[in-house]
Amino acid sequence: MKFAVVVFPGSNSDRDAAHAVSVIGEQAERVWHKDTDLDGADAVILPGGFAHGDYLRTGAIARFSPIMTAVSRFASQGGPVLGICNGFQVLLEAGLLPGAMVRNRSVKFVSRHITVRVERTDTPFTAACYEGQLLRLPVAHGEGNYFADPETLEDIEKRRQVIFRYTDDRGNVTTNANPNGSIDSIAGICNRDRNVVGLMPHPERACEDCLGSADGRIVLRSVVKAFADRLIAR
Amino acid sequence: MSAIIDQTVLERHGLKPEEYERIQEILGREPNLLELGMFSVMWSEHCSYKSSRVHLKTLPTTGPRVVQGPGENAGAVDIGDGLCAVFKIESHNHPSFIEPYQGAATGVGGIIRDIFTMGARPIGLLNSLRFGSLDTALARRIFSGVVAGVGGYGNSIGIPTIGGEIYFDSVYAGNPLVNVLCLGIARRDEIVKGAARGEGNPVFYVGAKTGRDGIHGATMASAEFDDRSAEKRPAVQVGDPFMEKLLMEACLEVMRTGAVVGLQDMGAAGLTCATSEMSSRGGCGMDVDVALVPQRETGMAPYEIMLSESQERMLLVVEKGEERQVEQVFEKWDLHAVQVGTVTSGTCLRVFDRGRLVADVPTRALTDEAPLYRRPMREPEWQPRVERVALEALGAPASAQQAFETLIASPVIASKRWAYRQFDHTVGTNTIAEPGASAAVVRVKGTNKALAVSVDGNGRYCYLNPYRGAMLAVAESARNVACAGAEPVGATNNLNFGNPERPEIMWQFAEAVRGIGDACRALEIPITGGNVSLYNETDREPIYPTPVLGVVGLLEDASRTVTRQFKRAGASVVLLGDNLGELGGSEYLVQLHGHVQGEPPLLDLDRERALQRLVIAAIRVGLVDSAHDCAEGGLAVTVAECCFDSGGIGVNCDIPAVRDVNDAWSANATLFGESSSRVVVSSDGDRLERLLHAAAEAGVVAAVIGRTGGDRIELAVNDERVIAMRVADAERVWATAIERIMQRA
Repeated sequence: MKFAVVVFPGSNSDRDAAHAVSVIGEQAERVWHKDTDLDGADAVILPGGFAHGDYLRTGAIARFSPIMTAVSRFASQGGPVLGICNGFQVLLEAGLLPGAMVRNRSVKFVSRHITVRVERTDTPFTAACYEGQLLRLPVAHGEGNYFADPETLEDIEKRRQVIFRYTDDRGNVTTNANPNGSIDSIAGICNRDRNVVGLMPHPERACEDCLGSADGRIVLRSVVKAFADRLIAR
Repeated sequence: MSAIIDQTVLERHGLKPEEYERIQEILGREPNLLELGMFSVMWSEHCSYKSSRVHLKTLPTTGPRVVQGPGENAGAVDIGDGLCAVFKIESHNHPSFIEPYQGAATGVGGIIRDIFTMGARPIGLLNSLRFGSLDTALARRIFSGVVAGVGGYGNSIGIPTIGGEIYFDSVYAGNPLVNVLCLGIARRDEIVKGAARGEGNPVFYVGAKTGRDGIHGATMASAEFDDRSAEKRPAVQVGDPFMEKLLMEACLEVMRTGAVVGLQDMGAAGLTCATSEMSSRGGCGMDVDVALVPQRETGMAPYEIMLSESQERMLLVVEKGEERQVEQVFEKWDLHAVQVGTVTSGTCLRVFDRGRLVADVPTRALTDEAPLYRRPMREPEWQPRVERVALEALGAPASAQQAFETLIASPVIASKRWAYRQFDHTVGTNTIAEPGASAAVVRVKGTNKALAVSVDGNGRYCYLNPYRGAMLAVAESARNVACAGAEPVGATNNLNFGNPERPEIMWQFAEAVRGIGDACRALEIPITGGNVSLYNETDREPIYPTPVLGVVGLLEDASRTVTRQFKRAGASVVLLGDNLGELGGSEYLVQLHGHVQGEPPLLDLDRERALQRLVIAAIRVGLVDSAHDCAEGGLAVTVAECCFDSGGIGVNCDIPAVRDVNDAWSANATLFGESSSRVVVSSDGDRLERLLHAAAEAGVVAAVIGRTGGDRIELAVNDERVIAMRVADAERVWATAIERIMQRA
């Protein structure tokens, strides 16, 4: 299957995402943000970085890039879209996911490996996981403190849109295990239709053992599985 | 002297009267103010290396792998598969004291440009930082700002910061050091140089607009600090990593078109430096018109445009007829390449302002013909005194347990994770060994190879004995790389010293360069470039002489690399190398007795080389599970560090005493002495036998000193247990020491 990796001028994880896709044996194409179509992709990744410098708010300008119209259309048709780190921020700014991102609780950039627990497996990016599965993934961000007002929060919890939560290495939600102060330790969410997923940790940086963890492969393999399942269902 | 150029004007330009006379000789007339400004920045210590060149020439710079030695934007060594490792280290010390965040950030930006300018994609950054004691609020503020600045720039642009080293000593309180190394990968046949060629070829300017910031930054970096230094803040530039990211991608793309003759970034001395160096290297002339230069402010004079050090700007010489191709690439990245001049067949750099000639200077006069000084040197009268230490006069030695607990909490030894967790070290998906390892290791995609890099320099050793201290810096950096299993293939150096006009400082400098040269020759590591930072003094208090060595090593099989951590219980712990119990210049003496004194550790370069070759060979064939170099804090700290981050694996060692057991200093000298040329490895079974056999053949002393296992660090000297601590407790102290200090106001 074919992944489109969107390249904003300040994307810095687009090559990493494309490399990770090739590691799991699939095809990746980097698509320039000024392009207007996704060239027949089966899944879309919005990679990490700082799309347009992000001096205003992270991801604030990226939603005006021409490619985002195509991404929105793709998402509305049920196509799987994954936003990683800055890509997650872009999805929030574009209104494709609910909530907002603010500065880390520590007010410092945080770069280290953390653990997330898979909360739901009914999304294309967790379809190959089991519920409660622990993944060791790196985070690297200054603004990854997820926030939503009480109403929104209640809504996304009720609709089971929280996909990943920060936990300790035994799977317990604790204050210490939360690297950025995200509300309810939320590390990743999906939209109501469950086909658009955003997360702060970097699965694409954890796809080979030599990098300290290969747990991220299951996130990418999930979408391959979901794709295959859908093909079979057809 | 003319009416315009008087003594005051010369002083403001940092030019000596005899230098002014030389300028007049070269030009055959008096310079105008713009020309004077151009000479002043190009002849500044920072750009001309006028005090250091005679010494730097003695360094070994060639070797079978060297593709590019000193003199270009960065050095390059062949790593096979048609690829080169391109790397260089540079300092941003003075700006980081005045404005820590921006000073450090723009330092990172500058060295990244040097690497991608060569046609290499940067894949890693390392830094070597020095601050005052964290007991002072000023040092904590500078440390905090520098770390945020280093991270702020590298994290944004997406180049991982993969390693480094940080020291704290009150001698750096008024003059922190910020040295940054950048490593990149280029195809050997695609390396681009900073030379202008071809009469009529257009000269393009691309990147940020030129403002009034940073004018005379190079001159500032060539003077001492005093209480008026804060007024120099406008000479510190502001970084824009987003602009740099665009420039990097666009330049790497445009270089692949084949339309680029040469390019160079505009760093210190800005447009003056880029135009004169490029034409001087290419042996041609250049005409530029400052009116064509994109400007951020209105009413800028030619003087300001030529001397501005605004960041994120590049100068390119393009094949005539290929202009459109180049412009299109930059337009894709929303950058505008503007033609500002042309290459000429002459030998002069001619600056125009709307067609009116405003400066006309031979390019070589600004570059190769800059003054060269053989400055007087004299060994400081205090030197022999500090090299002696009588342990007996220090009172009773501290208990080994107390000393151990103090040392693992010392910011010099404690984990630097407070800093490196603010650095993105995973972007790029190449980082195999993360910050905190002996050496940083990055794999080279598309090959089985990896590169290991380490930056090292112990200023304290160099203060006590600059010649030996510098040799020790080379040895340690190479040893760290060897501990990752990599063979050193090249080095870059950053020489941080005080005011070279003082004979004592010049003596330190010359001795250190001699030490680097001797060590590099013995270990067969060519120096492919570097940086000199002089005038590191505040109110006439110089820093320790601090040469920092960055060694790059090559691992043919990335999967073979090892880290410092013990991997399993029940393995044997082996000390390779001699334990001589040397406490001179040690962290122990500083922390427990408050003394920076004594002779730094001895260094036998033949033994060092034998040790490194043994370690590299042992790792290559898988004889060891872990390897860690002995440094600050000695053997006790080294063994403890092998337990830290291992998941709580303990160790039990019995170390033979290095002195008579009745000597009160015996245990501490054995445990905390900082003898060089030592590595602690872990191994077991048949592999251990083979390791010991290989060591004997190589003439390296090897002793099994203990076993891994349990959940405690237990160290004995001659069968008498002197240190016992749970790994978890010791690790907590070591891991959080800096964090706890930084929580103070």
